[in-house]
Amino acid sequence: MTAAAQPTVASGRETALCLLRDMLLCRRFEEKCAEEYSLGRIRGFLHLYIGEEAVAVGAMRALAEGDAVFATYRDHAHALLRGVTAGAIMAEMFGKREGCSHGRGGSMHLFSREHNFFGGNAIVAGALPLAVGYALATKLKNRRDVTACFFGEGAIAEGEFHESLNLAALWQLPVLFICENNLYAMGTVLDRSESQIDLCAKSSSYRIKSTCVDGMDVMAVLNAATEAVQHIRETGAPVFIECQTYRFRAHSMFDPELYRDPEEVKRWKLRDPIPAFLSKAVAAGQLLTTDLDLLEKEVAVVVQEAVAFAEQGTLEPVEDLLRHVYSEREILQSVGGVK
Amino acid sequence: MKEITYREACHDAVRSALLADERVFLIGEDVGSYGGCYAVSRGMLSEFGPQRVRDAPLSESAFVGAAIGAAMAGMRPIVELMTVNFSLLALDQIVNNAATLLHMSGGQINVPLVIRMATGAGRQLAAQHSHSWEGWYAHIPGLKIVTPSNVDDARWMLQAALADPDPVLIFEHVNLYNEKGALNESLTAVPLTGAAIRRTGNDLSIITYGACVNKSLRAATELAEKISCEVIDLRSLRPLDEATILASVRKTSRALIVDEGWRSGGIGAEISARLMEQAFYDLDAPVARVCGAEVPIPYPKHLEDAAIPQVASIKKAAETLVGSHE
Amino acid sequence: MSDFLMPMLGADMEKGTLVKWFITPGAHVNRGDVVADVETDKGVIAVEIWQSGDIEQILVEPGQEVAVGTVLAKMRSVADKERPSVPGPKIIEQPMPSEAEIPQRVHASPLAKRIAEDLGVDLIKIKGTGPNGAITRADVEGAAKRLKEIPQPTVIAEAVAAPVTTGVASSDQMRRAVAAAMVRSKRDIPHYYLQTDVNVQKLMSWLTEENRRIPVTERILAIAPIMKAIALGLRESPEFNGFYKDGAFQPQSDINLGMIISLRGGGLVAPGITAVDVASVPEIMSRLRDLIERGRRGKLRSSEITSPTVTISSLGEQGVDVVYGVIYPPQVALVGLGGIRERPWADSGMVGAAHQLTITVSADHRVSDGHLGSRLLNRISELLQNPEAL
Repeated sequence: MTAAAQPTVASGRETALCLLRDMLLCRRFEEKCAEEYSLGRIRGFLHLYIGEEAVAVGAMRALAEGDAVFATYRDHAHALLRGVTAGAIMAEMFGKREGCSHGRGGSMHLFSREHNFFGGNAIVAGALPLAVGYALATKLKNRRDVTACFFGEGAIAEGEFHESLNLAALWQLPVLFICENNLYAMGTVLDRSESQIDLCAKSSSYRIKSTCVDGMDVMAVLNAATEAVQHIRETGAPVFIECQTYRFRAHSMFDPELYRDPEEVKRWKLRDPIPAFLSKAVAAGQLLTTDLDLLEKEVAVVVQEAVAFAEQGTLEPVEDLLRHVYSEREILQSVGGVK
Repeated sequence: MKEITYREACHDAVRSALLADERVFLIGEDVGSYGGCYAVSRGMLSEFGPQRVRDAPLSESAFVGAAIGAAMAGMRPIVELMTVNFSLLALDQIVNNAATLLHMSGGQINVPLVIRMATGAGRQLAAQHSHSWEGWYAHIPGLKIVTPSNVDDARWMLQAALADPDPVLIFEHVNLYNEKGALNESLTAVPLTGAAIRRTGNDLSIITYGACVNKSLRAATELAEKISCEVIDLRSLRPLDEATILASVRKTSRALIVDEGWRSGGIGAEISARLMEQAFYDLDAPVARVCGAEVPIPYPKHLEDAAIPQVASIKKAAETLVGSHE
Repeated sequence: MSDFLMPMLGADMEKGTLVKWFITPGAHVNRGDVVADVETDKGVIAVEIWQSGDIEQILVEPGQEVAVGTVLAKMRSVADKERPSVPGPKIIEQPMPSEAEIPQRVHASPLAKRIAEDLGVDLIKIKGTGPNGAITRADVEGAAKRLKEIPQPTVIAEAVAAPVTTGVASSDQMRRAVAAAMVRSKRDIPHYYLQTDVNVQKLMSWLTEENRRIPVTERILAIAPIMKAIALGLRESPEFNGFYKDGAFQPQSDINLGMIISLRGGGLVAPGITAVDVASVPEIMSRLRDLIERGRRGKLRSSEITSPTVTISSLGEQGVDVVYGVIYPPQVALVGLGGIRERPWADSGMVGAAHQLTITVSADHRVSDGHLGSRLLNRISELLQNPEAL
């Protein structure tokens, strides 16, 4: 239950390229988001995942297409990795109707039923009961799909975390709980909010198989998640993974970071998951240093096209204001979810 | 016509829903082994098994949230919450998730969820089991709020709620469970929303719902020689059937709203405001309300009775409203 | 050349203070470099630059507070790209609220008002039977029916026998009506007149004192306590309070004082205040004020015209010292009030100045005589010496 001492190495060139590309895409996409925010084209709250990419990249790669994902308000990377297009996400943040939530949700509420991606939940711990219920439905339908639920360590202070873990364990539901422990619940460091900071001890107390990994090491996360998903599919029982990670940027854009020492941020930046993974993969002969440039170029195009797509998007007419409060006919027919 | 209790009507509704659709399951505290706090689900655990009649731990937020998650995955859960007061422990899930997911997702993710809960005073259960917060819930866009007042609605509204693609909250008044009524056996369905005129009249429209419908009907009968009262059972507090309310008030020119919930900011206030907005020039007297007294529901019987609308207070309000010439 | 702007750092940020530059003109910057500290409501935030290039010119000095979107520095960027500017806030002009109309205090339901308008019924004439005496649809419809049945007199001429109401009568009609009533009075009633001077010094001091304590709009005029004194005096002299009808005097138990009001357009009305003897002085004042105001607008109720048992004619304001009034049949007395003036007053051999008022009684000799009339005048005078008891 401690962080993996020796980072693992990618098993093959293809996997390594994918992992690096995914991390780069998340990083560059979000840097663009920050820029667009400073220009006032993205509004509301904007929470960036920069620094934590290895967690979502590693965990998502362990999931299959039929699995479901529930995430938090720090959800851009998760949506991207689930296959929602960068353009649909950027358009959403621009408030355009071409956005993945029709422009109604914004940065914190990205959704895509097509990708079994269920947001985008801005109430801390609010999505845990939903994930439990989604998994219950899977079980009642005798399916083997996994429901992955991402949340920060701040959620652990909420009653819904404990109630949900209890239900998942009590009813033996196929939920993968992934705790993105970035040490700070907004501005409150873990040991100032929790009497027990060993998070696996908490989840274990519900008799849930629990493990803690280095969230800055994409391979460590991938391996732990792969093992967990396999366990869930075999037993139907939930698994809890704590990923120890760090966000490099402020909680949201409007945060002077009074609560943490800039030296601490610098120290964590030395462990940036992207260069760390690149150097290991190069040393292992899986990647070439030149791969980075090629991937950067590829990612830059994706990001640029996303912005262009968002810019060209259209605003929903004000006459449609009251839509999406109750279901419309076409939605009635599309209700289905897990079949 | 067959005489049955409201409880039996609720029971038959849940049971037939479980029989009719594999996707339906009942979840809640003590719905299984105990048979339901108000004995609505008695016998169902043995008939349908623990997967479909699921006892939940005392964690309202989690099991209501789980029902929402299951509904998102295409199931048709029926949640039973013991009382409206306990529903507040799940308020986050009801308000922040069930009511908003469809909208936040731009119309992609609907939540076909049904929550049944007991509401209201009258059984001396004091200030943490007796309140009427259906009016509160009716404040929230994205939810549908219904209040069956008789055995026909208790029997058939659940079916309509399950057929609805969005979250429906059904409020069953505790005092109704033991009340007997004649079930209309020719019915096989009722609409989920839309008000019903339970008695027609010309002098005064009494607008009410839930357990106050019977009280209002009794008051109307006792007043019949002096005042001809029309009694409207709202049935659904969200959406409100404005058309029926307005048509009735335009006919009678007087409106008396009877609402067990507290007066301040209640559903009665909402109805009154809509009458001001849309029927002002048809009113021959100020809109009047008989509401719950502004006090947490007290335990002793005489004070509990005094805290909520009664036949006598409804009659008195009606007489005052109609004035001296009728 | 491109601009480096004061960034938008949060949904609630409108402006920021540049605290410190980490660059100088000529410096080369790379995309992502922190170039300045900006102080916001939430604290100091390090601000990055999103383009690589050379800083040409710094436009905002440390300590300056500027709006979001303000150009902080000019730079020559590597990829000199156009950036969208931050839109400024829109100013929406609020229309000025229109002046509120003065509400009319008739308690009628909205439906009753609507129907009254349709049927041409004046709500003022109707007695309400709804909650709190409000006029309802049934009241309006009932009144409309009665209106059809009874031809409505519109002239105050009938004021004598069945005086009426609204200000619909023209001044000519009114003049004719007054003439008819007065001719009848002088023909039928053997008038006698008495007069006395009353020292109202105490009353005036008491009024000054009272009025100091109350808002200007509720200020009491001397007429109110005088009316009260007259009413109390009448209570002890029932021979003056009532109607002479069918050859006999019919004393009235209620003491309702009519007040002659001259209308701006000419003509007179004499609406009454009921039960003055049991009303408080402030109450009399407010009712009088209301009566005068409505009387001049022609908005009197018929009951107010028919009810007076004794009429008061007060002409002091017009500079008159003594009033010898003509009785309004079928009443049997009229009290005349002159102006209140400071005049010499002898008391215990000393001559001083005092506020004085001349009160007269015009009375019907068929019912009373000078002895009774003097008693009434003396009693009124006495009551006015003790104003706080009124």
